[in-house]
Amino acid sequence: MKKTHIILLVLIAAAIVVLISYTGDLSSYETVSSAKQKQGKFVNLIVKMDKTVPVQYDPVKDPNYLKFNVQDSLGGKISVVYHNTMPTDMEKSERLVLKGKVQGDVFECSTIVMKCPSKYKDNPTAMKEQPEILSN
Amino acid sequence: MNTASNPATLQYIGEHLLPGQFGYFFTLLSLVASLVASFAFAKAFYANHIDDEKSWNKLAKIAFGIEVITVVASFIILTYVITNHLFEYKYAYSHSDKSLSFEYLLSCFWEGQEGSFLLWSFWHCVLGMIIMYKVKWRPNGVMMTLSFVQFLLASMVIGVFIFGAKVGSSPFILLREEMNWPILSRPDYLQFIKDGTGLNTTLQNYWMVIHPPVLFLGFASTTVPFAFAVAGLFKKDNGWMNHVLSWANFSAGILGLGIMMGAAWAYESLNFGGYWAWDPVENASLVPWLVLVAGIHTTMIFRKTGSSVKASYLFMGLSFLLVIYSTFLTRSGILGDTSVHAFTDLGMNAQLLVFLLIFVIPFFILYFIRFRFMVEPTKEDDISSREFWMLVGSLVLVLSASVIIAITSIPVFNKIFGTNIAPPEDPEFAHNQVQVFVAIIIGSLSAFGQYLRFKHTPIEQIKKQLLLPSIVTIVISAVFFVFVGVGYTQKGPGFVGALYVGILASVYTVVANFHYWLGVLKGKLKSAGASVGHIGFGLVLLGIFLSASNKTVISFNTTGINVLKEDADMRKSPVGNPRENITLFEGINTDMGKYMVEYTRDTTDELNKRFFELRFTDKKTNEQFFLYPDILKNNKGAEGFSANPDAKHYWLKDIFVYITSFQDHSEEDTVAFKPAKIKIGDSIFYSNGYIKLNEVLVNPNPNRAAGTNELILDLQVTSKEGLQYSSKPGILLEGLNMEQRLDTIKAQNLVLSFNKVVSQEEGVLEIGIKESSSLTNLITLKVYEFPFINVLWLGVVVMTIGFMMSMLQRIRKNKAI
Repeated sequence: MKKTHIILLVLIAAAIVVLISYTGDLSSYETVSSAKQKQGKFVNLIVKMDKTVPVQYDPVKDPNYLKFNVQDSLGGKISVVYHNTMPTDMEKSERLVLKGKVQGDVFECSTIVMKCPSKYKDNPTAMKEQPEILSN
Repeated sequence: MNTASNPATLQYIGEHLLPGQFGYFFTLLSLVASLVASFAFAKAFYANHIDDEKSWNKLAKIAFGIEVITVVASFIILTYVITNHLFEYKYAYSHSDKSLSFEYLLSCFWEGQEGSFLLWSFWHCVLGMIIMYKVKWRPNGVMMTLSFVQFLLASMVIGVFIFGAKVGSSPFILLREEMNWPILSRPDYLQFIKDGTGLNTTLQNYWMVIHPPVLFLGFASTTVPFAFAVAGLFKKDNGWMNHVLSWANFSAGILGLGIMMGAAWAYESLNFGGYWAWDPVENASLVPWLVLVAGIHTTMIFRKTGSSVKASYLFMGLSFLLVIYSTFLTRSGILGDTSVHAFTDLGMNAQLLVFLLIFVIPFFILYFIRFRFMVEPTKEDDISSREFWMLVGSLVLVLSASVIIAITSIPVFNKIFGTNIAPPEDPEFAHNQVQVFVAIIIGSLSAFGQYLRFKHTPIEQIKKQLLLPSIVTIVISAVFFVFVGVGYTQKGPGFVGALYVGILASVYTVVANFHYWLGVLKGKLKSAGASVGHIGFGLVLLGIFLSASNKTVISFNTTGINVLKEDADMRKSPVGNPRENITLFEGINTDMGKYMVEYTRDTTDELNKRFFELRFTDKKTNEQFFLYPDILKNNKGAEGFSANPDAKHYWLKDIFVYITSFQDHSEEDTVAFKPAKIKIGDSIFYSNGYIKLNEVLVNPNPNRAAGTNELILDLQVTSKEGLQYSSKPGILLEGLNMEQRLDTIKAQNLVLSFNKVVSQEEGVLEIGIKESSSLTNLITLKVYEFPFINVLWLGVVVMTIGFMMSMLQRIRKNKAI
């Protein structure tokens, strides 16, 4: 066996180990109720905002404290704490992907991904509307 | 006659249909011409007789010439449509508007898929012309593949229906053909379409004018090594490896530059606080580069020793295939949730998949058919030989690329197997913890690799030559470790250790290659391409390590408007305690770490960009500087705003700041005064501290108007962080009229009033307290200190120069391209 073959095998083995260890880091999408079962485990929630409860955010008192309530498609509700500024278009977002952990009754969120017209993409709904007719 | 009911005969007013008709014609002609060219080049490539070859070659050249003309014409027409604001065309309507300056109108050109495919085609035309006339080794074979790629690219922009399936998406489609808005059935609809929807706000940055053309030149140029390798496989001829290196060096240089221009754009105009986020779009362009660099090295091994044949064919081919794969990933919408800046799905997924498979499957079939022809010498590589370590390095690069692309492909995996795997908690770190070791290995190999000779190197020679650079490296690193060190300890001692080793390895790369150039090559520039390239690569790694190891958030709230809320619960927060935002009130100097920061004013320019002026004062040196981060209301129906960072550049660090949210002082103030009873000497609490009544002043102002009386309260406000403010609300009495004099403490967002005397005997007064966030404009921002980021940018420039020098070296050596 040539030395290069041995090295190749070693490197491939290393790559496999890396990928396997990476799969250990992977997380999962959960519902609110299944996330509550997995206290303290990092999960992803796909939810929408529960607008019956007002959003708490006051940059004067604390720019790094946002609290709001969400609901998933199965009706599970939970309140969310996010230690960061409030994303500007959050309330208009149709869907939120929250990454974080359930801690007691609260979802401690580390990242909010908004599923709304992304600023990086063309907004598909914007193009559905015609420009306003301003004059006759 | 009611024309509106019969759209076929409807005459629309003010449309410019001619450019579009020409556009359609040229894109269709381009499709035909590139197919003819590919076929004719293939015929010439396989011709047995010299006359056959000549006649086919002649036809092919004509066809490719037509192809060049059609692509350039389509390019010019689309530019014309955009720059003349012909909004009857959907491309102009949806990607541009009238307010954009010329350079941003060019960005509009490549904002959409269709335009970027045209750009890609355009570069192929340029490269193809050079290959046709300058390449000495089987140009017909190379052009055969290149023209075929052109054919597929042309199919992406034709926008016709074939057997009910939409093939391509034309940039020349009219708005009324695509949309079914009611107004579009009116003959005079164009008068209502006054402006386009504009260019994405985040793309309105000068890097976005130059980054896409460079990146697409990089993508297009990977086709050339691929085409060489394919021609070699067809003809069982390894001769291409003597000609491919100039092209491959050019490609790697340009692709690397294009990728890093994207990184510079991300650093300057996105606000994740960095230049690289392991986003799928970034990964997808990095991976072909890594494989291409590996391919360059294995090809050099082959030229010197005749080994690494299989690897060279594979890597040179794979680099292009990975470009196509990343095109598929970023344009098909399959990345969905995982990427922030993929293209919009145009419903061409099937076509993109065909584009991918039509190259991948035949290439691998051909590769395995020819497997036995790619003979490796039986002699083993000496462990002290240059080729041995070059091969190790190349394999490490390819495996690193494999890991990155495997992780990036998780959405594809989910799609195929119906799984639901989500990214890990810290996706950036998941990559970093692997790639840091790759960087260490590659850094070390590039440091000593050049000192080795092919076949065999006497150990004594290596020791002698490497002594000086090793000592210099150790000294530089030691000085650095003592005086700067690694500040990024969040990921534990293991990662800190890796960062230290990484810095050592990259310093070694820079020093050793510099020494090789001066000491061994005697400073000659003609053959210094590899040294310069490696110095640049070392600087890139060094810049990455240094900025990663000492990037710090400095917008920690050190006065802490929120000190009381900083309770134990929050510190225990399982997601850590980011708290990286600081709130600034207009006109209030706020303490922030090393600096005092004041939000002095804001201005809005004619494009509705709002600039915030922030005055930074260094607490120690009193040095002052201003930064102007800005925000721009998002367009295209997206809510919110996009924030553009600003940075103060020093030689050794950047102070990087961006607005995370802002709140305007609003006239309609709905917060009510809360009444509170107070006596002299009493204190009452408000949300952020307490208010003490010192005394009641009666007519303190001797110059008051006659017949008036004043009652003024002397209040002392103490915030919980210990700041004291004096406040003097009062009442002015004039006969029976009573007028309240409010007093405002902006820094505490507090308005105080003196309402009335409740009980004169007991000395009980009533004051009103209003706490309102709308008293003054406020912004929240994040501030980072990025050390040594310039080392990275310098490294990119040096590395690109190195690649170009290597390219010229190869051209000189072969006396041909």
